[in-house]
Amino acid sequence: MADPVADTAPAPAPVSPRAARPGPRLSAAVRENIAGWLFVAPVVVILGLFLLLPILMAMWVSLTDWNGQGSPFRSGVPFVGLDNYTRLFTEDGLARQDFMTSVRNNFYYVVIVVPAQTVLALGLAVIVNSRMLKGKTFFRAAFFFPSVTSSVAISVVFLFIFANSGAVTGLLKLFGIDGPQWFSDSRGVLHLLLGGLGLVDPADPPAALTGGGPFGLSWWEWLSGPSVAMCTIIMLVVWTTSGTFMLMFLAALQDIPVTLEEAGMLDGAGRWQRFRHITLPLLKPTLFLVLTLGLIATWQVFDQVYVMSKGNPAKTTLTPAFLSYQTAFGSFEYGSGTAISFVLFAIIVVLALLQRWIMRDRDPARRTRRS
Amino acid sequence: MKNRTVRTAVLGAACAVLLSSAACGSGFDDDKAAAPAQQSGGPADLQILIGSSGDAETTAVKDAAAAWAKKSGSTATVTPAQDLAQQLGQAFAGDNPPDVFYVDASRFADYASVGALEPYAGKLSGASDFYPSLRTTFTYDGTFYCAPKDFSTLALVINDDLWAKAGLGEGDVPTTWDQLTAVSEKLKAEGVTPLAIADTRDRVGAFLVQAGGWITSPDGKQATADSPENLKALQYVQSLLKEKLAQFPSQLDAGWGGEAFGKGKAAMTVEGNWIKGALKADFPDVKYSVHELPAGPKGKGTLSFTNCWGISSKSKYKQQAIDFVEAMTTVDQQMAFARAFGVMPSRQSAKDVYTKEFPADGPFVNGADYAQGPVNAAKMDSVLADLDTGIQKLASSDPKALLERVQKNTQAALG
Repeated sequence: MADPVADTAPAPAPVSPRAARPGPRLSAAVRENIAGWLFVAPVVVILGLFLLLPILMAMWVSLTDWNGQGSPFRSGVPFVGLDNYTRLFTEDGLARQDFMTSVRNNFYYVVIVVPAQTVLALGLAVIVNSRMLKGKTFFRAAFFFPSVTSSVAISVVFLFIFANSGAVTGLLKLFGIDGPQWFSDSRGVLHLLLGGLGLVDPADPPAALTGGGPFGLSWWEWLSGPSVAMCTIIMLVVWTTSGTFMLMFLAALQDIPVTLEEAGMLDGAGRWQRFRHITLPLLKPTLFLVLTLGLIATWQVFDQVYVMSKGNPAKTTLTPAFLSYQTAFGSFEYGSGTAISFVLFAIIVVLALLQRWIMRDRDPARRTRRS
Repeated sequence: MKNRTVRTAVLGAACAVLLSSAACGSGFDDDKAAAPAQQSGGPADLQILIGSSGDAETTAVKDAAAAWAKKSGSTATVTPAQDLAQQLGQAFAGDNPPDVFYVDASRFADYASVGALEPYAGKLSGASDFYPSLRTTFTYDGTFYCAPKDFSTLALVINDDLWAKAGLGEGDVPTTWDQLTAVSEKLKAEGVTPLAIADTRDRVGAFLVQAGGWITSPDGKQATADSPENLKALQYVQSLLKEKLAQFPSQLDAGWGGEAFGKGKAAMTVEGNWIKGALKADFPDVKYSVHELPAGPKGKGTLSFTNCWGISSKSKYKQQAIDFVEAMTTVDQQMAFARAFGVMPSRQSAKDVYTKEFPADGPFVNGADYAQGPVNAAKMDSVLADLDTGIQKLASSDPKALLERVQKNTQAALG
């Protein structure tokens, strides 16, 4: 400890050995690295604490039969392995029936909402982007407005609009149509369509379809299509989300150089040809983004269901996200509830990957030749 | 060397995450909480969570709690819940439940089966004074757990004006299923929807009781859904629905039977005594009368709904909480609640006082003698929700198939 320097320097603070060492042992790159990690450390910690850790905890809960009393990490909590998952797929019971019904409902919902909102958003963006349109700002704001309003507020407004004595039914009556009782109508539109075409009688479906089917639902139930009640939610969501996606398309459209369009005109391409062969290919990255975001959001639909229908009528607006909530907080079956949400997560990941694979650049060679 | 530092940095970050999670995790170490230190005497700090029906109830309970707190020298904080089931679920999971809370009869078995409730009811003075059907409702595995707060039963509510318009008089009030069909046909001929009935087991279930059936056996251990009695009841309700003699509130553009009734869209409805307050507040001009539900093949039957004062098994102030519940369930206090927000006292000794003060409520009070409480078994929530789904589709589906499904699901849930 008898350091000669200590005598001259005024009260040296006991510094850490590393700082006392001269610099050259740490190269510039390493120091940069450390600094980098230090800068991201807060985010890593926050994400780990509030995102990764809860996910891991939920995964543990999905493997147990925790009943919501005290902590799920006590010794007394029964560990059931993959039971909560297998019950959703292999056991013939209410859990599987509800889950498969919710998957069916959500599937039809996604199949209609995603294409519809994408096409509508693209259409709106093209209209707002057109040079001929007067009062662009007004339309842009008008189209975007539903997206900024709270989904709960809009859902409540839709409840009024689609009430049996509401605006929609009144409007249909003007045309002499006796509209359905929207929120209490559990009939599937595909069933109605098949019945309307005279192919099958919905009141007495063919035995071949009702006899059996995968995962505890008969083929007839799988083929129901969205119920009339679900259709109102579909309309609501298409209307509210297309504004957001319109904004994305609009940004992409404004990035397309006018020169390309003019070059197309010089080559004698018509309006549709220019749209099909110039605009659309250049919009592809945005299209991918919009489709992916749409796919993820639609599989997670919750608030509209919670506000408007709670899964009714006859479970036709039940979705996996709502079922998960209901199972966990309604029936205290937290294990089953979290298992449902993990299956939902897997569905979304698989579908997003599938979509990426479908939309990949298939033929780069031809493209280069063309350009 | 560069790799090593990167590794160190990653390790450091991982450690930070682990440390913070460990710090967080200490909150879960709740072996101590399993046997909380009891303070059996002295002032307590009671947390009370109620599922209030409205401002009137919140104020009444708050006043009563304040009076008790003043007398006992404790503090009592009453919090009305937005969503009682969910808030309780979270509180139990977080190991921080309120000391006293409402427990809905339909959820009672779920809470009792997981050990969340303190079985104190036997210690109350005059425990046998509570109506027997209510005591059964809050009995799990032979133990009477918690004191019924109050109760409601279903009755037939008739719109006097529409009734008279169809040429019906006081003597025409239906007392059997056949009479119900007959008056409904008369009402329908006048262009009025005769009956608004909610599409849930909580209304349609009354017909099951009238036919002599129910979903489970009285001890809640066996599934009895698939029985000829239940089938008869559902077939009868189905016939009403098919002929449009009865309609669900949503078909009449209403959220519940009382709303459809108040708007004059139906001449009769099956609802509980809460309809009085609702009609007074929203439809003060509607003239109505209340009658006992028509009897079925096996006699009279109705459903009862009730809450109990649950005390958490993890409460630090169990003794004071029991004292609080004792104060809340005296005849005087129950009558005060009855005046404030229209519920019926759960003590038999309050029956005479009540019927004297509210003579029009006779049919509701009389229902207590033959009422059936909610299904008293754990894990039945999703099964019963599925039954509701079946009831919603009853007009166009086979009741036998529905009962078979409920039977199968109930057996699976009861294990």
